[in-house]
Amino acid sequence: MLNIEAVDKVYPNGTRALDRVRLEVQQGEIVAVVGGSGCGKSTLLRLAAGLDQATRGCIMLDGETISAPHECVGLIFQEPRLLPWLTVAGNVGFGLSHLPRVKREKIIGDVLSRVGLADYAERWPRELSGGQAQRVAIARALAPRPKVLLLDEPFSALDAFTRASLHEHVLDLWRALKPTLVLVTHDVEEAAYLADRVVVMRPRPGRISSVFDLDLKRPRDRYGADLEAAKRRILNALDQSLRERSAGDELVPAAAI
Amino acid sequence: MDAIQQRDAAAEAASPVTSQVRSSRFGVRFVLGILLPILLAIGWEFAVANGYAVGRLMPPPSRIFKTLYDLAATGELWRHIGATLARVLAGFLLGTIAGTIVGAIAGASRITKEILDPSLQGLRSVPSIAWVPLFILWLGIFEESKIALIAVGCFFPVYLGVLGAISSVDRKTVEVGRMFRLSQFQLVRRILLPAILPAYILALRQGLGLGWMFVVAAEFMGASEGLGYLLVDGQQLGKPDQILASILTFAILGKITDGLLAAASTPFLTWQDAFAPKN
Repeated sequence: MLNIEAVDKVYPNGTRALDRVRLEVQQGEIVAVVGGSGCGKSTLLRLAAGLDQATRGCIMLDGETISAPHECVGLIFQEPRLLPWLTVAGNVGFGLSHLPRVKREKIIGDVLSRVGLADYAERWPRELSGGQAQRVAIARALAPRPKVLLLDEPFSALDAFTRASLHEHVLDLWRALKPTLVLVTHDVEEAAYLADRVVVMRPRPGRISSVFDLDLKRPRDRYGADLEAAKRRILNALDQSLRERSAGDELVPAAAI
Repeated sequence: MDAIQQRDAAAEAASPVTSQVRSSRFGVRFVLGILLPILLAIGWEFAVANGYAVGRLMPPPSRIFKTLYDLAATGELWRHIGATLARVLAGFLLGTIAGTIVGAIAGASRITKEILDPSLQGLRSVPSIAWVPLFILWLGIFEESKIALIAVGCFFPVYLGVLGAISSVDRKTVEVGRMFRLSQFQLVRRILLPAILPAYILALRQGLGLGWMFVVAAEFMGASEGLGYLLVDGQQLGKPDQILASILTFAILGKITDGLLAAASTPFLTWQDAFAPKN
């Protein structure tokens, strides 16, 4: 279980990126975090990845505090961030260097075929399309078998068709390996299609404004009525959180005077 | 899914064609590039042979090649080439090692850069020939002062190349290494070194080029052998064919050593799209 316990994050320039954010994510759950830009959703993910430190509060994985990158936590960035000097296989095996070669190669072959790129092991990253590169990045993050996989808007730079096919890849992987997925996105449809739970955040300071449980059976129909209804609820909540903020913004200078 | 695989197959089919085009284009470019000097050489040869020009100060190609052949036949040419090559390589090696180490130290942190870089930039703006009197006083007129001068010439491009490459390494790539919990040492070996390698090799090639420039200056300051000595000797004895023969040898040697350096580094850079055309 991933526990985010009353986390604050204040940047050195004084920006309050996160303000008392609490969230519990069960093992094997898919949680989507949505919100406008500047609501701290990426900051939250970087804290959970151990790349940054919380100013107050802590993040625990199964009772263990996360203060640096953890072997059970994988992160997929917005861009593939493949290492151009390694082949696809080299990239996927990047986090497995402690394993003997035979075992490493078996895992690489296995995860590559799971993302449909078994024939691409010896290719260079520059030879891949954007969608393929992001699939390699997913394979790389999955290769060490993390319990928790964090995804930071991983599909936002892709075209709609490629994005939809990547959604299926991620769901297949999730069904097979059951990692906990925490997905940051600004795409409400993506959140509603993939997640068990959708967390809506509002900006300045970044806070959780509402949480939706989506009890929709899988596989889901991307264009089904229940998904549409869920999307509408999430969008309304987002809208409202933004309106609250602008009302709050008007009040602040008045109070300061 | 199927459409994606189809698109991949299409991209695959397209790649061999482009490499064929590239190699035939290289042939055409080679011919075009060599056309002008060949035409000029033939024209000059013709003009001198038919009495339209004297060719005393600017000997025709045949005489230059004859001089070159005679020098080679007596074994003198090889002695001079050997001496010059040894100086260039020694100076290049010293300058490269120093440039790499100092560049790495300066690139290691903002503080070290702010301490080292201004002084080095100041030294860099000194014309390197200005060091000659000092090096002669310090190191004498023999090999040491010559190699030191060449090393100074090689040092700066290598230093700047290493420093620039380190500071331009993408923070995002480093973050990938952090996510996989690499130690500082592993971060250097598995992320930093491969990331700076292309820029480093480019800097080495620039350093080697400057090494060839500085060896001439070094050999002007009094040498009894070497291609620079041949130049001075040709000037003093009024033998323009010998001067041109050594210039030609410089050009060929410079090109060969640069080509060897580039070829030796290619296996490490196959991943890089832009490398081959830049040659």
